[in-house]
Amino acid sequence: MPSVKGDGMRGLAVFISDIRNCKSKEAELKRINEELVDIRSKFKDDKTLDGYQKKKYVCKLLFIFLLGNDIDFGHMEAVNLLSSNKYTEKQIGYLFISVLIEQQSDLMKLIVQGIRNDLTSRNPVHVNLALQCISNMGSREMVEAFCTDLPKLLVSGETIDFVKQSAALCILKLFRNSPESFQPGEYASRIVHLLNDSHMGVVTSAASLIEALSKKWPEEYKGAVPLAISRLSRIVTATYTDLQDYTYYFVPAPWLCVKLLRLLQNYPPPDDPSNKARLLECLEGILNKAQDAPAPKSKKVQHSNAKNAVLFEAIALIIHMDSEPQLLVRACNQLGTFLSHRETNLRYLALESMCLLATSEFSHDAVKKHQDTIINSLKTERDVSVRQRAVDLLYAMCDRSNANQIVAEMLAYLETADFSIREEMVLKVAILAEKYATDYTWYVDVILKLIRIAGDYVSEEVWYRVIQIVVNHEDVQEYAAETVFKALQNPTCHEIMVKVGGYILGEFGNLIAVYKGYTAQIQYKLLSCWLDLSSIKTRRLLHPSFIKIRKRADESRESKSQMEDKMASGLSEQFSLCTMSSNETLYLC
Amino acid sequence: MIRFILIQNRAGKTRLAKWYMHFDDDEKQKLIEEVHACVTVRDAKHTNFVEFRNFKIVYRRYAGLYFCICVDITDNNLYYLEAIHNFVEVLNEYFHNVCELDLVFNFYKVYTVVDEMFLAGEIRETSQTKVLKQLLMLTSLE
Repeated sequence: MPSVKGDGMRGLAVFISDIRNCKSKEAELKRINEELVDIRSKFKDDKTLDGYQKKKYVCKLLFIFLLGNDIDFGHMEAVNLLSSNKYTEKQIGYLFISVLIEQQSDLMKLIVQGIRNDLTSRNPVHVNLALQCISNMGSREMVEAFCTDLPKLLVSGETIDFVKQSAALCILKLFRNSPESFQPGEYASRIVHLLNDSHMGVVTSAASLIEALSKKWPEEYKGAVPLAISRLSRIVTATYTDLQDYTYYFVPAPWLCVKLLRLLQNYPPPDDPSNKARLLECLEGILNKAQDAPAPKSKKVQHSNAKNAVLFEAIALIIHMDSEPQLLVRACNQLGTFLSHRETNLRYLALESMCLLATSEFSHDAVKKHQDTIINSLKTERDVSVRQRAVDLLYAMCDRSNANQIVAEMLAYLETADFSIREEMVLKVAILAEKYATDYTWYVDVILKLIRIAGDYVSEEVWYRVIQIVVNHEDVQEYAAETVFKALQNPTCHEIMVKVGGYILGEFGNLIAVYKGYTAQIQYKLLSCWLDLSSIKTRRLLHPSFIKIRKRADESRESKSQMEDKMASGLSEQFSLCTMSSNETLYLC
Repeated sequence: MIRFILIQNRAGKTRLAKWYMHFDDDEKQKLIEEVHACVTVRDAKHTNFVEFRNFKIVYRRYAGLYFCICVDITDNNLYYLEAIHNFVEVLNEYFHNVCELDLVFNFYKVYTVVDEMFLAGEIRETSQTKVLKQLLMLTSLE
């Protein structure tokens, strides 16, 4: 049994050992029940229990709960632990409460009282415990009880650092739970000023709070922008001896940098020229570091991950600003190098980030330069989520110049794509084909190919649309009729192909009926055959089209027999229409 | 923001579950099972990030334990990946070469470590030095 820290609570350790040694679920339950009976009886003689024992039993109950059993007593004892003066006893009390007690509990009033006492305590460790409990629970009563006091605590000069850290995030929790309970008002400038605190942990916590508050009240918190920029600048230019405690694998304060970069994304680029210059300098600095030769300081993946976490957030800010073409292009080039990095994480993130760059007019062309690499990713990546990012990127970077190639690659990929992503892909291909079609015959081909490859995933909006487009574009109608006719001659056809084909032949079959092998009667027989195999729904849907085709077939037979009469009277040379005999073969079924 | 943090072993036993938004007990159980199913099928060729319901999970495996942080889709992946590592290094230092059993027998202490580094679904403190100093101080208290 490994050593237990601090006071130990030996009885707890023994109990945990016993549970682990149980050979079966039944044995475990039996042991648990024994313990529950014992604890229940001990709690009955409350007067004889000292704080240590109460703590131990409450902790055992917590352990039993975490194993997956219901606990229906001990809550009162846990709340009682809050009034102890001992840290270890309070801690267990607070832990039990925050894990087990429901928001609507009757004990909430008592708990709030206990918290209030600790919040006003002279002992910062106790204050901190109370703040952590509020942050973990954030109940309605807690919001009401503490929403005015907490900001005071946060900005007071007397509050010590680690309490400030917890207070900032505690306020964030309550703010998220009920934003209406807070006003920007009096504390905004003092909260913003926490970005200048000498304790980096306070800055770290405050940055998250300010980021959230500035989303709701951008005007009141805009003072955070110059402070965030100046803090970011100091970190980015720091040597790693400057920020010793906060340097992680030779990267200065990476998490704080990311938080500050995120905060800046709540605002447009700064108007003030010196702020703007400083920010751009920071971003350039971050991009420069990314280009450092690999492993100058550390070969460890933690170093590069931390550095790249900051890089990706900086790129997100550059994209958000969308105002510095040079930076956008540099970002794109940097991401381009990641596309073939040996680490899958980086390839994934680069594809994801490039997707946003593709939509900016400044970097759209820079992204297109990587088209071949991206298409290669689509074909070779082993993690399907990476292939998905490649699809998203191809979609985002598609324009008139590369639509043909991109659609072709996506269709090829679709043939073997995961079922879970097919529907989205079909939609994307359909949208691209329509958007960039210079020639609707290409569009029709693409949609029919979609139906052939992934018919099950072609939604109504897609195939309704192709019909709509054919109906609205006279110049593609004959081609469409011919193409669907050929498609319907295949031995297997998806039901959607039957629907689309049937409808188009119904409307425009007459355009091709003049050609040999495409006559109205052949069309009629073809469609009849497919309808025999189709669902009732399809048959109903195609009924009007079917009637139209049959009518044409009848008319052509009538005119054919009239024609035959005329032929019989010797005028055949004038007519070059194909003749159909009843023995004509059809390539069907 | 962080939605929850889970430490699970390969068999699916939960060694730590910290929730930053409300779920019912049965929802929690379902989530735990889903996360386990989700991450244990992945291997070295996969990324350390996986879409999960309308969130995503950033995770890393350390020996027999999976450390999973569930975050919002728009959150920074590498930021949380290294937050996990930072947390693991602190545990390692605090428990002197931490092993799974340490997390079992000292489960109530693990929550203390978590609350030092993460609070209200955000990162609270990142300096290992500062966190360990605080933890040592707290360990000395009665």
